Amino acid sequence: MLDLDGVTLTRLLTAATLMFHVIFATIGVGIPVMIAIAEFLGIKKNDPHYLLLARRWARGFTITVAVGVVTGTAIGLQLSLLWPSFMQLAGQVIALPLFMETFAFFFEAIFLGIYLYTWDRFKNRWLHWLLNIPIVIGATLSGFFITTVNAFMNTPQGFDLLDGEAVNIDPLAAMFNPATPTKVFHVLTSSYMTSALILAAIAAFMILKKKGSFTYHKKALKLTMIAGLIFTAGTALAGDLSAKFLAKEQPEKLAAAEWHFETESNADLIVFGTIDENNEISNEIRIPGALSFLAGNSFDTEVIGLNEFPEEERPPLWVHYAFDLMVSIGMYSLFIAGIFVLFSYIKRFNEHNKFLLMGIVASGPLAMLAVEFGWVYAEVGRQPWILRGIMTVDEAATTSTSVGIAFGLFLALYAVLGFFCVRVLLKMFRNKPAEAELEQRFPGGKL
Amino acid sequence: MSLEVIGISVLWLFLYGYLIVASIDFGAGFFAYYARVSKREHIMSKLISRYLSPVWEVTNVFFVFFFVGLVGFFPDTAYYYGTALLLPGSVAIILIAIRGSFYAFGNYGSKDNTVYLFLYGATGLLIPAALSTSLTISEGGYLEETSEGVVFLAGELFTSPYSWSVVALAIVSVLFISAAFLTYYADRAEDVDSRAIMRKFALWWSAPTIGASLLVFAGLRDHNVEHFRRALDLWWMFGLSLLFFLIAAFLIYSGKRYGTAFIMVMLQFFFAFFGYGASHLPYILYPYITIEGSVVNETMGTALVIVFILGLCLLIPSLYLLMRLFLFDADYVKGKK
Repeated sequence: MLDLDGVTLTRLLTAATLMFHVIFATIGVGIPVMIAIAEFLGIKKNDPHYLLLARRWARGFTITVAVGVVTGTAIGLQLSLLWPSFMQLAGQVIALPLFMETFAFFFEAIFLGIYLYTWDRFKNRWLHWLLNIPIVIGATLSGFFITTVNAFMNTPQGFDLLDGEAVNIDPLAAMFNPATPTKVFHVLTSSYMTSALILAAIAAFMILKKKGSFTYHKKALKLTMIAGLIFTAGTALAGDLSAKFLAKEQPEKLAAAEWHFETESNADLIVFGTIDENNEISNEIRIPGALSFLAGNSFDTEVIGLNEFPEEERPPLWVHYAFDLMVSIGMYSLFIAGIFVLFSYIKRFNEHNKFLLMGIVASGPLAMLAVEFGWVYAEVGRQPWILRGIMTVDEAATTSTSVGIAFGLFLALYAVLGFFCVRVLLKMFRNKPAEAELEQRFPGGKL
Repeated sequence: MSLEVIGISVLWLFLYGYLIVASIDFGAGFFAYYARVSKREHIMSKLISRYLSPVWEVTNVFFVFFFVGLVGFFPDTAYYYGTALLLPGSVAIILIAIRGSFYAFGNYGSKDNTVYLFLYGATGLLIPAALSTSLTISEGGYLEETSEGVVFLAGELFTSPYSWSVVALAIVSVLFISAAFLTYYADRAEDVDSRAIMRKFALWWSAPTIGASLLVFAGLRDHNVEHFRRALDLWWMFGLSLLFFLIAAFLIYSGKRYGTAFIMVMLQFFFAFFGYGASHLPYILYPYITIEGSVVNETMGTALVIVFILGLCLLIPSLYLLMRLFLFDADYVKGKK
């Protein structure tokens, strides 16, 4: 580790925090929606299964929220600790959504606290259900605000630079920069999608292991798979719009992901493959004209290539793999969820087929991996910039010499938190299987 | 009022809020652990967990709010504190992270795990100690601006009597505020045994808060005499603080009106904290950052203030609802709901 320079260590520490935090942030944005849907169905259909689902999901959620809160606090402080010059400049322009994110989270935290402890406190169940609304709004707004900050780093606007100082500041223009719409859309849909698929994976796993109440887990699977299909389709659409946005506003980022060097129309899409030091590509799958189509819905679209950019301003080419893996997993999820929903509507097919269930079990962790790949691509694809065109990561990183120690400390922290989080979750549900809890809370299956 | 004064007042108010709710939370962790090892847990831990469970995340947000707001209103603080405080800041984050997660792990997962509870209790005293050093650093003398950037003089901090007096004050204040609140909460719950224990704690830690405050004053005189003089100009605020302390101690001692007593404790810390803050101005970090010199541009500052007011309109009713359901609902407090 000694041969790593300060900037690299600073980037690695930030990457470690973000990659750990994003797991919990993604679930944090998505699970409240799933809980709200399950509780809604439970009350509407008078079905204890759905009510129990909501309750058990919420119980597991408290653990992941806790880790999300503390790692969110960590990244919030690390922005200033690791990137002081960036925050000094960007704080002048983009402090508004950062500030609002705290409010949104504050709002969510208050109602989550109330929600978790008032299951049996209201005579009218709908009153308890209503508490979902501020939680979902708070969670989604948190995701929205923080994503605008990330969007700003990609396409900064809303200020002028005068001798290194930001002047003529327009906070709203900074927040609603060109990258905001597609990025927010993509982050929110993919969070909903990943959460639905993870819950689906758990239900499928329980059915495969033939553990406990079939009806309970089958209801859970059907609900999460239908939601998963809708959200995956939404994510695919958002991804497509994001590519079109990149082609227009941040072409070097798309070009790096696609290994696209020459500006041309009818550009080929390169899937996977290898590249040598002369940028010669081999072993790839080449889809003629597809990149142009991806960038602008027409084969005639001219796609700007990496050669238009000076070499020191190009993102590293390995982001291609992160991009392709993200897209492949997205396709896979769409396929699996589509098959399941199709099978469940056609009586002739068995949607609880062993192989299909195994495919669903895989889709949960895979979707989370896709989120990670997506963020790696989003962040590394912006290099060398921290604020595109204005400040590089080298200029922004802290000059402190203690980053290496901090990196070690935080790695240890994330390992400990990750280990105990999984352990506590497993124990929590093993000690209290669904059917035992069903009988205890709703004796004889009655509300 | 000028933008920077509004900004710093808002932030200070939030830091005060954090001081109160976090002290209750930190102290409660310590008392819960103490109850477990002294085999009295059956009495106290139920009480403590009934209060803490619904509110702990809210506590954390107060803190996030403060530092996000500080960087928003005064971006230069990010540069100075950020560069210098990487290591102490990281330690504080790690302690907060351990505390928050292990509270959730212990409370929702494994209720009888003593290690989880120990981590929760120990961090409750270490976090205020760690966080209080940033106030110490703000007095100047522990950071140096060199050609290679801002350097943190850790040796100076660890050998400074002023720094240690602040740490002592932070810890005893946490225990006192927490004990005063839990006495009141036990009283509402009509939990006579817990109330007796907490009342004893509150009395035990009452005088040391005043003793430690005097030490801090003495240390400040040696360390930053300018600030000390400005504090003397505001003597009446510290006088009021002492007065409210005496009322609180008297009420707790005579065993009546614990609710009023806790409000008196809040006022005691309110006046001391604002007296300290007001005399600290115009500096945020002596001698590098003043509020006038580092305030964010006017457009952003105004936007932040507007958002802040709108946000409060949303938060105050929500907080009120939270408190009504868990703090002031007698049946909930007694464990009947």
